[in-house]
Amino acid sequence: MAVEMLSVTIDGVPVQVARGTPMIEAAKMAGILVPHYCYHPSLPSPAVCRMCLVQVEKMPKLVPACVTPVADGQVIHVHSPEAIKARAGVLEFLLINHPLDCPICDQAGECELQDFVFQGGRANSRYTEPKRYNPVEDFGPDILYVANRCILCTRCVRFMESVAEEPVLNVSERGDRAYIGIDESQRLDHPWAGNVVDLCPVGSLISKDFLHKARAWELDGTPSVCTGCTQGCNITIDTRDDVVVRLRPRPNLEVNRHFICDTGRADYRWMNRSDRVEVPLLREGDSWRAVDWDTALDAVAAVVARTDGPVVLLTDGRASCESLGWTAKLLEGRPLTSAMQVPLGEEAPIGAIPNLALRRERAANLEGARILGLAGDWSTAIAASAEAALVVVLDVVLTDTDAAVVSRAGAVVHFATVADPRLTSTILVVPVATIVEAQGVLVNRDRRAQRVLPAKPGPGMARPGWWVAAEAWARGEAGRLAPVTADEAFRRLAPFASMAYPELGFTGREVATATAGIPS
Amino acid sequence: MGYPHPIHPKETPLLSTHFGDAGARSYEGWVARGGYVALKQALGMTPEQVVDEVKASGLRGRGGAGFPTGLKWSFMPKDDGKPHFLCCNADESEPGTFKDREIIRWTPHALIEGCVIAALAIRAEVTYIYIRGEYTEPYRILQTAVDEAYAAGALGANAFGSGKRLDVIIHRGAGAYICGEETALMNSLEGRRGNPRIKPPFPAVAGLFGFPTTINNVETLAAVPHILNRGGAWYAGLMLGNPKSTGTKLISVCGHIQRPGTYEITLGLPMKELIYDACGGMLPGRTLKAVIPGGSSVPIMTPEEVDGCVTDYEGIAAAGSLLGSGGMIVMDDSTDIVYQIMRLARFYAHESCAQCTNCREGTGWTTRILERIVRGEGKAADLDLLLDLADNMTGKTICVLSDSCATPVVSGIQKFRADFEAYLSGARAPALVGV
Amino acid sequence: MSSHTTEPYLPVFVGDNLAKLEALFPKYPTRMALLLPALWIVQEARGWVSEGGIHEVADRLGLTPAYVRGVITFYTMYHTHPVGRHFIQVCTTSPCNICGAEAVAQALLEHTGCGELGATSPDGRFTVMEVECLGACGFATPLLIGDDFIEGVTAAAVPALLARYP
Repeated sequence: MAVEMLSVTIDGVPVQVARGTPMIEAAKMAGILVPHYCYHPSLPSPAVCRMCLVQVEKMPKLVPACVTPVADGQVIHVHSPEAIKARAGVLEFLLINHPLDCPICDQAGECELQDFVFQGGRANSRYTEPKRYNPVEDFGPDILYVANRCILCTRCVRFMESVAEEPVLNVSERGDRAYIGIDESQRLDHPWAGNVVDLCPVGSLISKDFLHKARAWELDGTPSVCTGCTQGCNITIDTRDDVVVRLRPRPNLEVNRHFICDTGRADYRWMNRSDRVEVPLLREGDSWRAVDWDTALDAVAAVVARTDGPVVLLTDGRASCESLGWTAKLLEGRPLTSAMQVPLGEEAPIGAIPNLALRRERAANLEGARILGLAGDWSTAIAASAEAALVVVLDVVLTDTDAAVVSRAGAVVHFATVADPRLTSTILVVPVATIVEAQGVLVNRDRRAQRVLPAKPGPGMARPGWWVAAEAWARGEAGRLAPVTADEAFRRLAPFASMAYPELGFTGREVATATAGIPS
Repeated sequence: MGYPHPIHPKETPLLSTHFGDAGARSYEGWVARGGYVALKQALGMTPEQVVDEVKASGLRGRGGAGFPTGLKWSFMPKDDGKPHFLCCNADESEPGTFKDREIIRWTPHALIEGCVIAALAIRAEVTYIYIRGEYTEPYRILQTAVDEAYAAGALGANAFGSGKRLDVIIHRGAGAYICGEETALMNSLEGRRGNPRIKPPFPAVAGLFGFPTTINNVETLAAVPHILNRGGAWYAGLMLGNPKSTGTKLISVCGHIQRPGTYEITLGLPMKELIYDACGGMLPGRTLKAVIPGGSSVPIMTPEEVDGCVTDYEGIAAAGSLLGSGGMIVMDDSTDIVYQIMRLARFYAHESCAQCTNCREGTGWTTRILERIVRGEGKAADLDLLLDLADNMTGKTICVLSDSCATPVVSGIQKFRADFEAYLSGARAPALVGV
Repeated sequence: MSSHTTEPYLPVFVGDNLAKLEALFPKYPTRMALLLPALWIVQEARGWVSEGGIHEVADRLGLTPAYVRGVITFYTMYHTHPVGRHFIQVCTTSPCNICGAEAVAQALLEHTGCGELGATSPDGRFTVMEVECLGACGFATPLLIGDDFIEGVTAAAVPALLARYP
């Protein structure tokens, strides 16, 4: 059945929207933001903050844009004098009991209360009475509740009730004594609870992990994808002076809506390791010699060229399609056993949203490896390592047992972020960038190819794994041309031939072909 | 009757005929006084016939809004296959209002009968009577009456052998004014905080437990048996010149008055006759200062406004206020009107459900300003500030509690500005706030 | 907020109280709708609703304790702290206020020994609360002492009235 389209005019901008669209979403389509607090597209709307009141011609009162569907021919004013006054009134009310402690508040700089007051609030307060005071409460492992900053929008309560389906938060008391409550026997420790921090439009629910770590305006945000599991939740990586300080969900209605799990949220410390390999290292007897890239790439090409026997490729779950594909390309023509390490954990669904969970398989690009035909059985690959002429370890941290087996290989080339002295057969260590230091594509469990962007520079001479592999491959035979950009590296992998980076956008696209293969 | 006083000639006793008559409380006593005849009649009628009769009567909601009752009932869907519910709003909490209490205490069966007739009209089997928690005695009396009605076969799976199921369930509130708002009442009944809901959807579409629901006030429902007994046309004839305001209305009169009590008048009675004749007028040596005619949420009236005012929906509106619930608060010249407006604001601040920003914060702020004025710390700019806050609190929230808080403040400042200015200038000594 | 007792919690919903609750189930289409009635049963049995009571009600009705706590704090008549043997609610809203209700409240505080609103007298006999409108404005000043609704109380009548509640 075709969706019926309605014509409305919002602040003079004509727009066509589907029947049933709330005014607030229709306004977005017209490029107009209706200020709001309680409304959130992934939560039921209670229409309580009263910020989104708009004026509609021929209607006697202002109406809440979040719960009022548009009607055909309506003329809506978001910025009429009446609507502006109402909004200023709400903002003034919201601030009377607010401590105005922006200088010490983590939300400052990304606070919707600050933003909207700056846009449409009064320059001064007419409130001279005493302010309400409530103590800070410890809600859960990573969440503090600063009651004084709370504007009672109830997004957190509704998230726990309707999305997480574990209603451990409530609105307690009435009138201006009301606050967000929790039962003393319960904790805000649901595996997805951290989302309340992002949902909170003000600095009331804050992350202990991020507490007083940085000011919002010092942060650089980079669109990326969580590497915690095969779900592939879209995230923003926040860095301060090239140090990752926070991961936040980035909306993607197809994958994670507006949420990420707490495991993914906390999974960033590895990004800041300081014990990184920074130069290519060539083994010379019992010692290592730091070499330049020309020497290192020649050495990689030479090792591959002289390998006459089975080859094993061991990869980490975070390896990009580009690195996987070009490493495999480098090793083409030899009997190759390849596997990706897949740590397993407990599955933790969010609750009410279908197909959204922290997955058992904690390997972000497992599907990418499958599509490239590189996701063989791990124990088979480890066992094969013992007899292999060459094992290429693509930045994966092995168990002691696995490391011992791999050390029996003829030779090991380690594409490394961190050196591994247990791999005694290593003849060459090349410094590679992590997934957050290079461009790349990860394919999630639903075959959705999603881009990641570098959030910080790699250390020293570290280069993307695909670049190292492709350059070494090009040296293997005259006339080979290595890809110059990550996009080219991606497009030249057969399964992704039709999927250039610009087409993926920043929310990804499903991989159409089911055929496996390695680079063309 | 002007319970606890004898019937006054200016009254028209209909619902109040048996107030004070303990014999009317029992099932037998009620039957002996003509009770349950209307129900038996209704059991033989179609829902449409009942609705038409009530439409013809002109009966309007007695809880405060004054919406035509028959029209409200006609909004209920037909043949939708869903259960329907009737809610009886016995959460009488509007300051100044205590009329439903007398209906429940003295004539509980009149209410039960009215409930189930209405249930028949809207095709509901179950009626929930939501009674405020503080009404302990009325609750006990009503529960006894319901038990008797079941025992007598008036209620139950086969009401009076009609084959129709009629259930009445009494549900106690627990101290929340806002639960008198119809959607808040439904939330409360469902076991939630008594937060008013966004409309639409309206109760007739999705009300209690998500099903089509009609909600009526106690007095409205108690009038229904009389309408069936004597005909809608007869009821419509009970008026004093204004065909839009028909029938009788219970007015509970309190405050500075000789005979406070619940009076039943034909709509249209001049307000002065009610106050000075039926209620006996002012206390000795006192003169009238102000009247809040329809519960604390309506604009305050000056003696001049009372003078020509007739007591019906349109008459009081023309005089600048509202009939509301019919809870009339009379204040004489001893009243510190500023202090009392502060008390009313405090009431609304206490009762705000906390959902809407304007109400949650505005009621508290308004109260604190008024408390400061009364403490003698008011500033010249406070009155304009109060009026501007009132504007920001009016017409901008899910329900009208916020508006209700603003109403006495605005009408108070407009009509009794000198009283406020006396505090601001120091001409009046500060009052001790609170207990 | 801390628990008020370290003693093991004895369930309310056994015997008659359980029967009372179960008799209500068929009257409502959801279990949640029994929340207010269930809390009344607990308060009638224990005089107040403790943390244990909240948990018991939550378990019985398939709700979370946090949910129950959010609801219970909405309604002023449920006590989440122990109160005196006789809980006195005195109306001081405008209609009663202009008829002397604050003097009645003052007299109650004085003669019960409670001293301040919400406090319990040292002998555990009374707790006095000022409440908003009790819906008996024509009979100022009304009180609720426990479940007893008393009309027309004056400050002078307070001592004799209290004597009836040992």
